[in-house]
Amino acid sequence: MSADSQNAPVKADPRARMVARAAREIAPGMVVNLGIGLPTRVIGHLPDDMPVCLHTENGMTGIGPTLPYERADRNLIDAGGAYVSPIPGTAYFDSTVSFAMVRSGRLDITMLGAFEVAENGDLANWKIPGKFSPGAGGGMELAQKARRVIVLTTHVDRSGNPKLLRRCTLPLTAPNCVSRIFTDMAVIDVTARGFELVERAEGVALADVVAATGATLHLPDEEIPVF
Amino acid sequence: MKLQDKTTSLEQAVARIRDGATVLVGGFGVPGTPFTLLQELRRQGQKNLTLVKNDANETGMGVDHLLRSGQVRKLVVTHIGLNANAIALMNSGGIEVEFCAQGILAERIRAGGAGLPAFLTDIGIGTELAQGKRTVDLDGRSLLVETAIRADAALIHAASADGFGNLTYAATARNFNAAMAMAADVVIAETETLAPLGSLAPDAVHTPGVFVDHVVALPALTEEYGVVRR
Repeated sequence: MSADSQNAPVKADPRARMVARAAREIAPGMVVNLGIGLPTRVIGHLPDDMPVCLHTENGMTGIGPTLPYERADRNLIDAGGAYVSPIPGTAYFDSTVSFAMVRSGRLDITMLGAFEVAENGDLANWKIPGKFSPGAGGGMELAQKARRVIVLTTHVDRSGNPKLLRRCTLPLTAPNCVSRIFTDMAVIDVTARGFELVERAEGVALADVVAATGATLHLPDEEIPVF
Repeated sequence: MKLQDKTTSLEQAVARIRDGATVLVGGFGVPGTPFTLLQELRRQGQKNLTLVKNDANETGMGVDHLLRSGQVRKLVVTHIGLNANAIALMNSGGIEVEFCAQGILAERIRAGGAGLPAFLTDIGIGTELAQGKRTVDLDGRSLLVETAIRADAALIHAASADGFGNLTYAATARNFNAAMAMAADVVIAETETLAPLGSLAPDAVHTPGVFVDHVVALPALTEEYGVVRR
């Protein structure tokens, strides 16, 4: 569908590998909302013949491929502003109906970016006081009400500080909502015990994952799979 | 029996908006934004406005003209990340900005259009958007009270309309327009196509004309309505 499906640079680029791994969370028949940025790239890793219904909160289910500007419909965008296209079975609806779907639990998965995730599942991804405060858009309802909230993020920020923490320091998008985190270093579940390592990225040492995590990282007894 | 003709000139329709008015503005990004009505509001110069819109468009487009001309006192929005001018005005105190969760903004408007004063929700509990809001205990759960938004005027963009104000929207241009068209005392719809009465299939009408006060036929679409090449 997109450039990612060409797969050539996936092995080399840890972020691309993370995105490809995250795509395997989506099962046939699911209704899925993908946030702006890394989550949107997941689309390129879904098999073309897999039945999956993508939702965008500005009022569409059944999102087809993104179109180049010369073929774009000026009235048809996703919530990130990309010019998308319909597929057989697409529906359009207004914002109240769109969020009725979200709040009533019709979304099986939402994939979101993060500034910080806490070991109790708190998510902060909408505001950095004094620096970045454009508003949360639909993020709060997606984070609070999707049946499963999956975060895609780099493991550390641009300064090298951990983004997975004991407690969030930034204003929350929603408390206690994240169930699984995909990073360029690892796949980590949020459980009643806190962060539990599920998989590690190829070429990343276990000690480096632990060091880059700002909270206790519980390790499994068995061998850790590599993605 | 015959239905009333509500077609009005652009100037007369927008002249019904007064200084200090609260105005609902349809659109999510470019699709559904009533750019021509906003340009006329800019030209007429009503001041001290509170605008309720999903976003603040982009720099140099749509509501940004009204921000630059100093006609806006307050924005009620969900996300203004694509308009650096709006963010700068917010940070400097030039305008007041109230942020809502997107579906809560839509539902507050829907309530305003449905004759409901408020509703209860758990959205935002545990975040700073809950601060200062009243709570109600319902069956042992503490829920937030979200008040309805009922505005003085609504500016709506339709793909097609008949003279009575029955409206249809195109693709994702429906967004906030459908709820906003029900939630103001003066509802003004601009339309790309003015269809003769009887030519819109009754089953295809998205907004019944009863909600609409004025229909403004657009002579042409300006560049602002086009595809944005970022």
